Amino acid sequence: MSEHHVMPLKTYFKVAGGLVLLTILTVVFHEMKMGALAGPVAFLIAAVKASLVLLYFMHLKYDNMTNRVIFGSGFFFLILLFAFSYVDIWTRIKSFSTL
Amino acid sequence: MGTASTNPNVNYLTEFSGIKSWLFSLDHKRIGLMYMIAILFFFLVGGIMAMLIRLELFSPGPTLFSADTYNQVLTYHGAIMVFMVIVPGIPAILGNFFLPLQIGAADVAFPRLNLASWYVFMFGAILAFTTLFTTKIDTGWTFYTPYSIKTGTAVITIVLAAFIMGMSSILTGLNFIVTTHKLRAPGMSMFDMPLFVWSLYSTAIIQVIATPVLGITLLLLVAERVLGIGIFDPKLGGDPVLFQHFFWFYSHPAVYIMILPAMGIISELISAFSRKTIFGYKAIAFSSLGIAAVSFIVWGHHMFVSGQSEIAGVIFSFITMLVGVPTAIKMFNWLATLYKGSVSFESPMLYALGFLFLFAIGGVTGIMLATLGVDVHFHDTYFVVAHFHYVMVGGTLMAIMGGFYYWFPKMFGKMYNEGLARLTFVLIFIGFNVTFFPQFILGAMGMPRRYFDYIPAYESLNKISTIGSWMIAAGFFLALYVIIRGIISGPKAPANPWGAKTLEWQTSSPPPHFNFDKKPTVTGGPYDY
Repeated sequence: MSEHHVMPLKTYFKVAGGLVLLTILTVVFHEMKMGALAGPVAFLIAAVKASLVLLYFMHLKYDNMTNRVIFGSGFFFLILLFAFSYVDIWTRIKSFSTL
Repeated sequence: MGTASTNPNVNYLTEFSGIKSWLFSLDHKRIGLMYMIAILFFFLVGGIMAMLIRLELFSPGPTLFSADTYNQVLTYHGAIMVFMVIVPGIPAILGNFFLPLQIGAADVAFPRLNLASWYVFMFGAILAFTTLFTTKIDTGWTFYTPYSIKTGTAVITIVLAAFIMGMSSILTGLNFIVTTHKLRAPGMSMFDMPLFVWSLYSTAIIQVIATPVLGITLLLLVAERVLGIGIFDPKLGGDPVLFQHFFWFYSHPAVYIMILPAMGIISELISAFSRKTIFGYKAIAFSSLGIAAVSFIVWGHHMFVSGQSEIAGVIFSFITMLVGVPTAIKMFNWLATLYKGSVSFESPMLYALGFLFLFAIGGVTGIMLATLGVDVHFHDTYFVVAHFHYVMVGGTLMAIMGGFYYWFPKMFGKMYNEGLARLTFVLIFIGFNVTFFPQFILGAMGMPRRYFDYIPAYESLNKISTIGSWMIAAGFFLALYVIIRGIISGPKAPANPWGAKTLEWQTSSPPPHFNFDKKPTVTGGPYDY
């Protein structure tokens, strides 16, 4: 484990502000009724928010490479789950699809 | 906790006494035994349910109970055996007990977390039991939507119970990964570890990565029922098939949580009772990791007829075939280990050989079912029931029995009656085949699974299957007698009754509180015969 890193309080507030802004952005995009893009955009914003929490609040930015790889592998498997599920949903015969 | 004795002959069983010394014990061996007692009880209940199912199917029409009761008993059997017996079985009992011993450590990396895992597991299990036996659960162990959203039964509580037990599984997996990396004896590299440790390590990776997905899926199901959020409900724009994707993303790797540690045990047994270095050590170790990796991308083979797209079906069918490669690597390496070995047929080895035979049938029929065109016909028939019982019971349970007889002298410091132990194998092995082989034929004849009733054409094979289940039950009750008699009045076991080479046999039987009087230094491999 790398040395304990003390972050200035200002950084925490900046990140918290960013998270609030992104939440507002999620609501704005929802109101815009973007159709098929709505899901991917919401996922993208959620992923950015999760990354900010991991990097700053959980100090992953200042952690050693092993821990980053472990976190990364979690995301990799999440992408696998989404990718294969989407392969199914997008290639279904549309008249039978519920989506 | 009691006071430690200064007597050099004391061991982990006698060093402390009183119920508190067990309930608050941080000793991985005692925690392993506490898991054992709990899981044996769950196994007994799940087994009784299995006997009731087979009795009901002894003849067509209502035999013992109504169709509704049959659905519930079927759910009890599946949920108890999967979530409370086979998934936690090997890692929680034998893994807890032997992982630190096999790597020369005094305990797991986080002993308090280990005890917490047991309490979390027991809390989840008690909640599940209370729900199962006080309300009506008829969803099967898979909780498929849309039925699980609509049925009026206590789905929320049973799902929360599964969620809590999943949390315990994650904590155990985390503990094992850290223990394996950080607490190996001096001189023990990753490639000096016994293969049972490798298999537990691979299993732990699956536990940590896949189980959270099950947790989230089950919580989404609760949210769907309570809040109507519309993820799985088509009326709200949701997709019921998506539930199956999420569910099987965990539950297929869970099959490997069940079988990988079993394979680890088999590696130990085959090497020890062939008096020979394991053939292809690295190939077996890497094939465990290979199985763990591939297990994450094959879940769609459970969904070939669910409404999943044909393209997804073809992709999943192809990838599923890949599981056969690392699995076959293991099988061939075990057979090569037996070749020209000084093979002896003590009861643990009989179970290991039984595993090879039954798992080969389970594996090959798995490849048949992975073939998209074949599965469309076999899906939801007794062929599938026979297949997964050959893997889970013929594979995992055989390995548990073999491993238990192998390590019994180390766990309790006593020997058991070898003749009776061999008889348990004969009863269980023959009974198992009499029970489940006819089910392959029934499935091929078209008998659907989960049904309460059947046409007269299926009657004779169902009768044979039920009679087989009585033989299995007799075998397990005899095994219980052998174990209890061994603990009470068995002769004292030496430190290394099998002449095995792994570290757990280098300490006394049973081991002292901190496993080794002096920290061992490793200078050779685990199978240097």
